[in-house]
Amino acid sequence: MKRSLSILALVSLLAMLLAACGGGTAAQPTAAPPEPTAAPPTEAPTAAPTAAATEAPTAAPTAAPTAAPEAASGTIVDYVGEAAAGLSGEIGTIKIASQSPLSGGQAALGTGIRNGAELGIEQANALLKDAGIQFELAPFDDQAKPEVGSANAKNIASDTDILCVVGHLNSGVALASLPDYKNASLPMMSPANTNPNITEGGYDVAFRVVGRDDVQGTVGEAFAREELGVKSVYIIHDTTSYGQGVAEFFRQAAEANGLEVLGFEGTEEKSDFSAILTPILAANPDLIYFGGIYDQAGPLFRQARDRGITAQFLGPDGLDSPDLVKLAGDAVEGMHYTSVAAPVSQFPNAAQFATDYKAAYNGDAPPFSAQAYDASHLCVAAIVKAAADAGGVPTRAQVLEAMKGLPALTGITGTYKFNDKGDPELATYFVLKVNVADWNANELVTRLEIAPPE
Amino acid sequence: MAAEVKAQASSSSGQRSFTEVLRTVFGPVGQLILFIVGSALALSLVVVLLALLQIGARPDILTRALTILPQVIIDGLVRGFLFASIALGYTMVYGVLEFINFAHGEIFMVGGVVGAAVSLFLASSGLLAGMPGLLFVILVIAVGMVVSGALAVTVERVAYRPLRGAPRLVPLISAIGVSLVLQDLMRLMMTNTPLGFNARFNTPDFGPPIRLFEMNLGARPVPVILPPKALIFIVASVLMLIALNYLVNATRLGKAIRATAQDMPTASLMGINVNQIVALTFLIGGALGGAAGALFGLNVGTVNPYMGFIPGLKAFTAAVLGGIGNITGAMVGGVVLGFLEAFVASYLSLFTNGAFSGAAYADIAAFSILILILIFRPSGLLGEATTQKV
Repeated sequence: MKRSLSILALVSLLAMLLAACGGGTAAQPTAAPPEPTAAPPTEAPTAAPTAAATEAPTAAPTAAPTAAPEAASGTIVDYVGEAAAGLSGEIGTIKIASQSPLSGGQAALGTGIRNGAELGIEQANALLKDAGIQFELAPFDDQAKPEVGSANAKNIASDTDILCVVGHLNSGVALASLPDYKNASLPMMSPANTNPNITEGGYDVAFRVVGRDDVQGTVGEAFAREELGVKSVYIIHDTTSYGQGVAEFFRQAAEANGLEVLGFEGTEEKSDFSAILTPILAANPDLIYFGGIYDQAGPLFRQARDRGITAQFLGPDGLDSPDLVKLAGDAVEGMHYTSVAAPVSQFPNAAQFATDYKAAYNGDAPPFSAQAYDASHLCVAAIVKAAADAGGVPTRAQVLEAMKGLPALTGITGTYKFNDKGDPELATYFVLKVNVADWNANELVTRLEIAPPE
Repeated sequence: MAAEVKAQASSSSGQRSFTEVLRTVFGPVGQLILFIVGSALALSLVVVLLALLQIGARPDILTRALTILPQVIIDGLVRGFLFASIALGYTMVYGVLEFINFAHGEIFMVGGVVGAAVSLFLASSGLLAGMPGLLFVILVIAVGMVVSGALAVTVERVAYRPLRGAPRLVPLISAIGVSLVLQDLMRLMMTNTPLGFNARFNTPDFGPPIRLFEMNLGARPVPVILPPKALIFIVASVLMLIALNYLVNATRLGKAIRATAQDMPTASLMGINVNQIVALTFLIGGALGGAAGALFGLNVGTVNPYMGFIPGLKAFTAAVLGGIGNITGAMVGGVVLGFLEAFVASYLSLFTNGAFSGAAYADIAAFSILILILIFRPSGLLGEATTQKV
């Protein structure tokens, strides 16, 4: 009896394993990322990257000027000033929430987002001090975890003083929080989220001031093939919506353009990468592409060099943090990364911001902080406009409408006009070369302005 | 008084001959080597068989499998010794108290963080560059051992000893609590010091990876590499395991530990200070964990406050796999688990033709095999079938 039971257990275990295998092969390798929200490669965007692959890298730079919004667009600050003139009566203080990781391994970027938004709101308050409206930042720590972001989103939605959200850093966290924002008709202006599903997911409340991974993956692939001249690539990702998403787009572009993909592996490992690096040593690729964030990339790249792997490294905007150098040291000297944000030094209009940031927070402004500054100003612009139109404190739905109706406005990181989905009509993509001695001195290799794929 | 009694007890058993000591110390090491060679051979055989099965469809698969085989075995060995050195702490505490110290993974983490702090201090004071590698390794291991050992003893005194008479679930909950407290306490401390959340573990330059030999099977020779840091890890863990075996199996103190493990009330009647022995067990387990943490940090180059959780869980698994309470078993279990993980992670992708990412699914496969082993050997690889003490 006991024996037959254990055999039964064994058989059912095997059956489960087989079932798991069967399901996995049917849906291909990306079928089982841990987060419920992560399904980038199977949905709508599959069509997008192929379109982008053919036109983006070559056609985009020439196409850019024609598609640009009217050159003489006003600044966000001017727009706020004009809209404030239409305000009547005392409106009081309105809250803008920020969500980003303030603790944990990605706090370096997340704190920059909070600080950028805070600085933006302080300066907007100075501008609006006689207009009868003031703003206050309500910072939330999403810990780069989807479940924490979602719990925060419920708190934010229940605080009726909050009319706009600046966030998140991680696409996976934003995707987990967006259903709550949508239910509350609360607009989210993202300074950093690049996963296509943010705006393709039908949330209607999502906006972003940055580009998208389907384009970013393609830009990276084109750069690797044309500029670095590599023939083979080994792709690693972090299994999150963001990292796996951008790695998938890189792979699709590579396969379409004849760049040999020697491997495609996902890992949540943060410290010991030996199991991943051994197959790479044997495969001997020209390039290692890592789709993920700097806190994993740093140890990975250094351990690769420790093992004598000489392949070049490339990665997306998740690597855009000085902490990459802290973790990887000389291993990343001269490596390239694509970015939608780039160090603040790359934006001529952001010089004043960089000075103010340093004065206020006693450190260099990290990547995405300037974007968060612009995002907070766009929130302010939409709220002031909605308040002027409504003749009092606006509802969230009115702010959302005002956000959709914003004209092309210039901030410190670029000019933004949002399409129906919430993507900027033109987003900037950078390819940068790491300078180990000073992250802000990273050399700009390419700068492309590309429209989001339809 | 107690010491006197103890002295009498040991003298009555007589002095053991030198060869006997050698046998008790190196016997388990021989057993360990047997398992290392055995599991490496068995897994290699599986790899070759799997490759031969697919050779019809993919002619190059055998070559590709064989080229990375030596490297996979080295990776597995490093991983295995990591799990083994953490598993020792679990198994010793379990042996004495029949209690699973879930905070042990955090003791390991603290060892790593302390090592990183030492390395940061040396680097910022400019001493690191000129430091001999061996001296640095000994220094970080020693500091990691002292701090982690002291921490383990403190935790036992504060969180476990007051609960010794309580039902068995109570100290377990307390251990989980300690684990969470230590994680977030370290996070608090690290983020507010120059270490930062992800602390870099600086080391002196140990030189380029050692090229053992080149595999010349395919079109291109693939080097088999032993990074110097991995070599340090393996050598240091083997030395620690031998020292522990000597301590437990060939000294009077070890005899007291074994007696306490066998029957605590009787040991206490025989004049053994049981509380002292329990504290000593935590000290030894903690020191080993701390040394493992420092070595791990040195090997991988980065530490963070959450790095102890997963290795801790896996080391606990290794201890159960080897037969919990059994010191040699913990080492064997660690090595077997390390090999399983390394093989699955490196080969899954190759044998499924890229359909499964090896690194992502390594845990599923390794733990399924583990469940199978435990179904057929519930008391672990080296555990003895015991009747439940209820």
